[in-house]
Amino acid sequence: MESLTLSDVEQKYYSELFLFCDVDNTKKVASNGKVLDLFRAAQLSNEVVHQITELCGATRLGHFGRSQFYIALKLIALAQSGLPLRVESLNSVRDLPLPRFVMGKNEQEMRHVVMFADTENQGPYLPRPPGRVQAKKVSAHEMIQPCVPTVDPQPDTTSPVVSPNQSPPTSPHAWRKHKRQASGGNVDRQPSVPGVVWPPFREAQPGPVTGDGMWSAHSPPPVQESWVSFTDTPPSCTLPMHPPSAQPESTTVRTVPSAMTTNEIQRQTSGYDDPWKITDEQRQYYINQFKTIQADLTGLIPGSAAKEFFTKSKLPILELSHIWELSDFDKDGALTLDEFCAAFHLVVARKNGYDLPEKLPESLMPKLIDLDDSAGVPEPDPEVGFSASPVEVTPNKSPSMPSLNQNWPELNQSNEDTAIVHPVPIRMTPSKIHMQEMELKRTGSDHTHPTSPLMAKPPELSEETKLAAAIKFPGTTVGDGYSSSDSFTSDQEPISSAVNRQRSHSGTSPEGLKVVAPPPPPPRPNASHSRSSSLDMNRNFAAVPAGPQQPGVVAFPPAVPPRPLPTQTSVPHGHRSVEGDGLPAITSTSPQQMPEQPNFADFSQFQVFAVDQPADDGEKPSDSGQVERCAETTGTMRTAKNDVQAEERNATTVNSAKVSTPLAPPPKPVRRRLKSEDELRPDVEDLPQKSTVIATVLATQPSIPRSIGKDKKAIQASIRRNKETNTVLARLNSELQQQLKDLLEERISLEVQLEQLRPFSHL
Amino acid sequence: FLICVAIRANYPLYIRSVPTQGELKFHYTVHTSLDVVEEKISGVGKALADQRELYLGLLYPTEDYKVYGYVTNSKVKFVIVVDSSNTSLRDNEIRSMFRKLHNSFTDVMCNPFYNPGDPIQSKAFDSIVSTMMVQAC
Repeated sequence: MESLTLSDVEQKYYSELFLFCDVDNTKKVASNGKVLDLFRAAQLSNEVVHQITELCGATRLGHFGRSQFYIALKLIALAQSGLPLRVESLNSVRDLPLPRFVMGKNEQEMRHVVMFADTENQGPYLPRPPGRVQAKKVSAHEMIQPCVPTVDPQPDTTSPVVSPNQSPPTSPHAWRKHKRQASGGNVDRQPSVPGVVWPPFREAQPGPVTGDGMWSAHSPPPVQESWVSFTDTPPSCTLPMHPPSAQPESTTVRTVPSAMTTNEIQRQTSGYDDPWKITDEQRQYYINQFKTIQADLTGLIPGSAAKEFFTKSKLPILELSHIWELSDFDKDGALTLDEFCAAFHLVVARKNGYDLPEKLPESLMPKLIDLDDSAGVPEPDPEVGFSASPVEVTPNKSPSMPSLNQNWPELNQSNEDTAIVHPVPIRMTPSKIHMQEMELKRTGSDHTHPTSPLMAKPPELSEETKLAAAIKFPGTTVGDGYSSSDSFTSDQEPISSAVNRQRSHSGTSPEGLKVVAPPPPPPRPNASHSRSSSLDMNRNFAAVPAGPQQPGVVAFPPAVPPRPLPTQTSVPHGHRSVEGDGLPAITSTSPQQMPEQPNFADFSQFQVFAVDQPADDGEKPSDSGQVERCAETTGTMRTAKNDVQAEERNATTVNSAKVSTPLAPPPKPVRRRLKSEDELRPDVEDLPQKSTVIATVLATQPSIPRSIGKDKKAIQASIRRNKETNTVLARLNSELQQQLKDLLEERISLEVQLEQLRPFSHL
Repeated sequence: FLICVAIRANYPLYIRSVPTQGELKFHYTVHTSLDVVEEKISGVGKALADQRELYLGLLYPTEDYKVYGYVTNSKVKFVIVVDSSNTSLRDNEIRSMFRKLHNSFTDVMCNPFYNPGDPIQSKAFDSIVSTMMVQAC
């Protein structure tokens, strides 16, 4: 780019324009849209605009950098002066007037003017100025000249801009006229211009002339000065306009900046919300308007009334809808005074061509309401809108605003990630507990939300929370397994949780395990065995050479050992016998079980032993000495297993041991034994656990007080044994279920991988 | 891949999908899911005052995607279609999405300038839905 030398004025002006166009606040690139609007506002033909764009290199770059922008502005000035567009003329032309931009879009002054002009007229107040702006912008030029002289006599202190009177141009034109003061040295005018704008605000005078008349009407000087000295909001806001409006008046431009340099810089850099500040007069006007709809300033304007009111502004419904969304802060379908002011302000801004913001500017946030007393005392502007923090002093004038004000902004900010208008601090996290907490918090914090989901949710959540908590307590890993009917991606979760629960409980209470865990009874198509000798047994036996199985198989059914301890002891014996038969992996368990056995073996067997001394020990395989003590019953067991003939003795011993014990129990210990064997086989790693469990289960069968009597003891023992068997079975089932889950998991993972590998066919 | 739809009286007020391509298929899916929604809400004899019942849950899973339904008290239906491969979305998250949708929809309804039955053009609603869908995907 060729180097561009700008005068100070130009520099200032261009930088302001650039900042104005820099809607993205990048400080480097002016948004194309804005720039093009600006260029169009220069009232140049499209070809010229294109040419300028090309010359400045923006088309090359694709965007308007600062230098491109400056060059473009200069070229615009050239074009407007009627000079041919030459790059070299950029630096050569010295007294180039500043480019002028006509359209009202980028002029906040215009906005103010329009506001004032419009607000006075109930009916067509809003459409008027823009209409005029559009229609008469051409004439503005002509108007300018004659108007200029009228503009001259505008000292700061006098009633502002009386001149407008004679000029037919409407307020906007008068505006423009002011800005376009061809004559120089209207420094004073500049600051007063904004002042000019304000007074009309109060007047309700329809008609263009009256619009001007408004200006001349009043506005006490002090007000004017106050504007000038105002937080420079109006001047700063209008600053971008000043340069465009200013004629090739370097003085005017210079004065303007000089008048508010610091503020201007502040304003321009402080952000976009400054233009949204409501000045006192504006606010006062808004309040008056509010009163016409709703006498009570602390009350609400219902949505329908507000709709009618704002529909008069002839803005498209979509924009009005957007304005409503922005301004109805508490989403209650009604406008408080503050909301109304914000909405009004937005409407006015929009009428002036200002684009609506995506979110409500801070200065328009309803927290300002408390600053305006119901008496309508205007607050000094600096206080207005400065409160960036939502916790700004907000005396609770408006009914529901304050708490909402404080909650909403916070929550809104904290919920940016969720981006919910409604302050729901819920994050979409997988943590269900966390979400529940958040949900509860949200429901607690926002009680005014109209939707019922909010209220109804807490109970559900609390239940879930309790459930989850309850579930967590037992120490299961999957807390959500039971709390909801969640469709888990893998079914194993709830099942595994069930299993976990089983696991956790099984050690503690076998009975509890039976109650909690609903294991589907494993199929036991057992032809040869009376009961469940299961499948597992078949499998086990299938795994084992048939030979050794035979005796085992044969032996089991007939093994109707006396229930109580003999069965207990028989178990290890059975194990050992089976071992002896060549079945594997039992030794580990048997010794474990053995220690338990002797406990009651000592006690009960002792008695039995004392009672009955069948000499069936012959066949017993090698037993530990302890076992030998329980020789006969166990021996009977063993013999039964090994010998069919022993059955009789078993039966006899059984009968001798217990009278009324049905034969049903006998298979149970067998079954149990089988079970333990089965358990041993499939999962070696689970076996120790199971065996320990079984051992504990067995151990839990305390020595039955012999005083009860053998019958009762036998019955109780049988009951206990049955329970044990049940638990063992259940445990086995849980183990198998676990295995099933694992397999399912694997399968699902494989499926997922397959899905991922499949080239997005379904997308 | 996520599609959120707000339907009133069997025509959509708002359809938004994250992957903008292949939308037509999702339109069809949503339409067919309306039948399921109708069936579910007509089957419930008791009053639908309970919030919990507003959430219809997984309407039906197909081989490619899952459809979730939610109906408000005014018979405005929300449908969310998610890709089946998106296994990270749990039922709770879907519920919360529906809650957000409902809240935003209520906000839109509160706007006096919004005529019920108009397509929803609210930017706030759009932004909420966009954020939600970006989060979910």
